Amino acid sequence: MDQRKCECGHANPVGTLLCESCGRPLEQELTAQTGEAAQVGQAAFPDMRYEGMARRSQTYTNTLIDRVWNTFSSVKVAIGIIIVILIASAIGTIFPQQQYIPVPVPTEADVARFYSETYGTLGQIYYALGFHNMYSSWWFVTLLVALGTSLVICSLDRVIPLYKALNKPRVNQHVSFLKGQKLYGEAELSAETQPGAVADKAAEALRKKGYRIFRDGDALMAEKGRFSRWGPYINHIGLIIFLIGVLMRNIPGFYLDQFVWVREGQTVAVPDTPYYVKNVAYHTEYWSEEEMPQKLDLNGGAIPKKFQTDAILYLNKNADLPGAKPELIEVKRGPIVVNHPMIYEDLSLVQSGVQEMQLGALNFVLIDRQAGGKPVGPIKLDLYEPNPELQVGDGIKVRVLEYFPDFIMGPDNKPATKTNLPNNPMFALEVISEKDNVREKMVYLRGTIITQKADSRYTLEIKMPDLIDISGLMVRIDKAVPVIYFGAIIFMIGVVMGFFWQHRRIWVQFHEGRLLLAGHTNKNWYGLRREMQTLIEQTELPIALEDRSKA
Amino acid sequence: MQLIQLSDWLLDIAFVLYVLSSIVFVVAMTGKNWAGRDPKQHELKYGRTAYWLAVIGFLAQTGYVVTRWIAGGHSPTSNMFEFIAFLDYCIILAYLIIYRIYKLTVIGMFVLPLGVIMLAYSYVFPKEVTPLIPALQSYWLHIHVTTAALGEGILAVGFAAGLMYLVRTVPQDRATKSTRWLEFVLAVVLMLVGFIGMDSTFARLDHKTVFELNQEQENNQGQMEKMKVEYTLPAIVAPNGSTVVKAGPMTPLFEAPAWMEGKDAARKLNTMLWSVISGLVLYGILRLVFRKRLGAVMQPSLNGIDPELLDEISYRAISIGYPVFTLGALIFAMIWAEEAWGRFWGWDPKEVWALIVWLFYSAYLHLRLSRGWIGAKSAWMSVIGFVIILITLVVVNLVIAGLHSYAGV
Repeated sequence: MDQRKCECGHANPVGTLLCESCGRPLEQELTAQTGEAAQVGQAAFPDMRYEGMARRSQTYTNTLIDRVWNTFSSVKVAIGIIIVILIASAIGTIFPQQQYIPVPVPTEADVARFYSETYGTLGQIYYALGFHNMYSSWWFVTLLVALGTSLVICSLDRVIPLYKALNKPRVNQHVSFLKGQKLYGEAELSAETQPGAVADKAAEALRKKGYRIFRDGDALMAEKGRFSRWGPYINHIGLIIFLIGVLMRNIPGFYLDQFVWVREGQTVAVPDTPYYVKNVAYHTEYWSEEEMPQKLDLNGGAIPKKFQTDAILYLNKNADLPGAKPELIEVKRGPIVVNHPMIYEDLSLVQSGVQEMQLGALNFVLIDRQAGGKPVGPIKLDLYEPNPELQVGDGIKVRVLEYFPDFIMGPDNKPATKTNLPNNPMFALEVISEKDNVREKMVYLRGTIITQKADSRYTLEIKMPDLIDISGLMVRIDKAVPVIYFGAIIFMIGVVMGFFWQHRRIWVQFHEGRLLLAGHTNKNWYGLRREMQTLIEQTELPIALEDRSKA
Repeated sequence: MQLIQLSDWLLDIAFVLYVLSSIVFVVAMTGKNWAGRDPKQHELKYGRTAYWLAVIGFLAQTGYVVTRWIAGGHSPTSNMFEFIAFLDYCIILAYLIIYRIYKLTVIGMFVLPLGVIMLAYSYVFPKEVTPLIPALQSYWLHIHVTTAALGEGILAVGFAAGLMYLVRTVPQDRATKSTRWLEFVLAVVLMLVGFIGMDSTFARLDHKTVFELNQEQENNQGQMEKMKVEYTLPAIVAPNGSTVVKAGPMTPLFEAPAWMEGKDAARKLNTMLWSVISGLVLYGILRLVFRKRLGAVMQPSLNGIDPELLDEISYRAISIGYPVFTLGALIFAMIWAEEAWGRFWGWDPKEVWALIVWLFYSAYLHLRLSRGWIGAKSAWMSVIGFVIILITLVVVNLVIAGLHSYAGV
C-alpha cells in the first residue's frame, strides 16, 4: 500500500512528513516522544519548506527514470552545475575569445598562431583546450542544457506538493506541529477567560495587520503573503522561457548574424536576406570645444560625437526568382547611428564599424608631351570596379590591362594581389590614340608612373585620389528576442514576489486549558517575531515567545 | 564651469562627512566601556551623531550627483571616477535604508569606512567631465548603470554585515583556518587602502618614471612613434624590452614577462605590487601596535550584538540586492546591448563577469534556502560575493578590458 495512516485516521501518501489532515509529524521516533517534542522536536521536526508533503524525488528511487529525476531534482546537483558554469565562464575571460581577437580572416592556423604568439605557452594551452571558443563548445552548451533540465525538474518536484498543501490550509493543527515551530509560546488560561473571546481579539488584531484569518471553532490561523511562496517557481519558469528563447535562435530563419562593409555610394546585397542596402554617405562628428562642459587636455585628439551612415534599404522583388535581375524598391531610408539602428520589420542594421579615408579611386590627368605638356583629359580609376576602357579626349582612350588592388610580387616572380582590398593598387594601362595611331603602355605603382619608353608621348599627372568612407553594418534578425525579454520579465516578477514579500502564518489554538501560539515564515523571522510580540501585547496574555533556533 | 566646481566641492564635503561619521561610529562602538559611562547611553548618543553625519554627507553627495548631471548633461556614470563615486553613493543609500529597518548602530561602523574607501578610490581616476562617446549616448546609460550600481551597493551592505558576523563569531582565542582567512580579508581591504594612499601621494609629488617601449603606435599627427608609458608610482617592474626615458625615484628591479603584452600591462602589475606591499606594511604596523589579530581587535566592539541578527541583515540585504542587480546588470544590460551592438548577449568579459556575480549569488541563495547554509558559511559567501563584484568592476575594466574598456583608465 502506498499509504501511511496517521493517528487521526487520515491516509497519507508515502513520503509525507507531516500529516495532510492534522499536521502531526509522521516519523515514528517523533510520535513516541510527542510529550517532550519541545526539546527533541528541534532536531527531529520535519523541514517546513514544502509543508511536509511527499515529493516524488524523495519517495521513488528504483527505476532509471526515478534516478534521473532524482538527480536533476536535487538542489545540490543544481548548485554544482551553477558552480561549474561559473568557473568555466571565468576561465573563458582570461584571454579574449576568438570573436574578439584582431585577426581579420581567422583561419585555424592564424588563430592558433595568435594565441601562442601573444600569450606564450599559456595561450597555446588555452587554444589547445578549445577555451578560445568556450561559450559555444559542446560541453558548455551541455552544461547550460543540464541547468535548464534541473530548473524544470526541481520546480515540478516541489511545486505540485506545495500547491496541494497551501491550497487547503489546516487551521486545527496537531499540538506537536505547533510545538515543532521555530517561534512558539504558550500560556495558562485563567478559569474565567473565554477561549472564543481571546481568539476573536487575536483575529481582530491580526486582521488589522493585514492577515487573512481562517477560523475553525476557537482555533485560528492567520496568514499573510502566501503568494510569495510561488515566487521561486515563477522565477524559474521565467528562466525556462528565457532558455527556450535562446534555443529558438537555432530554428532556421529565427536568427541571423551577418556583417557587411558598404562603401559610400555603393549598394550591396544584405547576405541571406532579400534586402539591399545603400550607403548614401558616412560621416563622423566630433565634439567641439564649446560643447564640452569642461576644458579637457586631449593632446591634439578629439572625442567622437556621432558615427552615422545615411542609408537606404531596398527590397529585391525578384529575390525568389533564381537568375533574375534584382528589382529594387526602396523600403526605408534614414540615418543609422550607434545606439539607433535602422529597423525594418525583423531586420535591424546596426552601425558598428568604419574605415575612414580609404582610397576609393585614383585621379590622373593624361598629358600629351608632344604638344608641350598639354593636358588631354582627366582619368578616374575606380579601385573597386575599374572601367576596362575610358574615353579621355577626342579619339583617345585608356584601357586597363591589368589591375592588382593589393600588389605584391608572387612567389613565382609574377605580380599578384594579396587581398582584394585596394591597399596598394597597381594598374597597367594602355593609351590608344586612333587618330595618331599611337599605342603606349604604362604602369602606376606606389605614387609613380613608369612608362614603357623613356621618351613616350603620353604620361600621367597624379592628382588627389578620391577618399571614401566604408561603413561596417551589422545585420541582425532575432525573432526570439520578445520571448527572451518575456522570460526576463517573468523572472523579475518571480524574484520580487519571493524576496520582497514573506509568507507568514500565525496559529492560535487552545489545548487542555492552555493557549498555544506558534508562528512560521519562510524568511525575515525578525519581522515575524516583532508582529507576534505586538499580538501578545494586544491580547494581554502572559506568553513568553521561545525562539527555538537559539536552543 | 562653476557648476562643476560646486559639484566637486559637494563631493569633497561628502567625503569629509563620511570620514567624520566613520570616526564617530568607531567611538560609539569602542567607547562603550570607557570609565564612567552608561554603555547604552553612550552608543545611542554617538551612534545618532554618526548617523546624522552620514545623512548630511549623503545629502551633499546627492547634491554632487545632481549638479554634475546638470553640468555634464548625462548621469555621472560614464567613466571609472563617476562610476565608483556613484557606487559609493548607492552603498550609503543602501546603508540608510537597512539602518531604518534594523536601527543597529554597529552597521555604520562597518559600512561607512567602506564608503570612505570606495569614495577615496574613485578619486584615483581622472575627474574631468567628458562628453559622451557615441556608444554611451543612450538613455540606457542612466538606467542600466544606475540600477546595476544600486544592486551592487545593496550587495555591498550584505558583505559588510557578513563580515561583521565573522568578526563577531570567529573565536579569537586560538589561531584557526577561520581566523587566518578573516585576517586575509582584512589585509586585502588594507591593500586597497594602501593603493589609494600611495597613488594619491605620488600623484601630488610628480615623481614620474617614463619608459619607452619597443612597440610603435600612430600619434595624433599620423606619424609612427615609439610608445611611452608613464608610471606615477616608483617602478619596481619595468615593461618588457623598454628603456627608461625619464628616471624616477628608484630603478626598476626586474622586467615584466614577455607575455604581458598590452601597453599598460606592466604599469598595472607595478601598481598591484605596490598595493600588496603597502597593504602588508599597513597590516604589519597595525599588528605591531595592537599585538593581536585585527579580528580580535575588532571583536569587542561587536560584543552583545546578536549574531543571528547580523546574519539576517546580511541575507536581507542580499535578497533585496539580488533582484535589483539582476534587473540592472543583466536585463537592462541585455536590452541596451541589443540596441547598441545588435545582440543581447555576446560573451564580452564584462557581461560574463556580471553573469558570474549573478550565478554566485544564485548559488548563495540556493545553498541558504535549500541546504540550510546560514551563519558562518553564508557570511563567508557574502564576503566572496563582494570580492567577485570588485573583480567585475575593477579587474575586468583595468586588466581584461573588452567592449566596456572605455570606462577604464
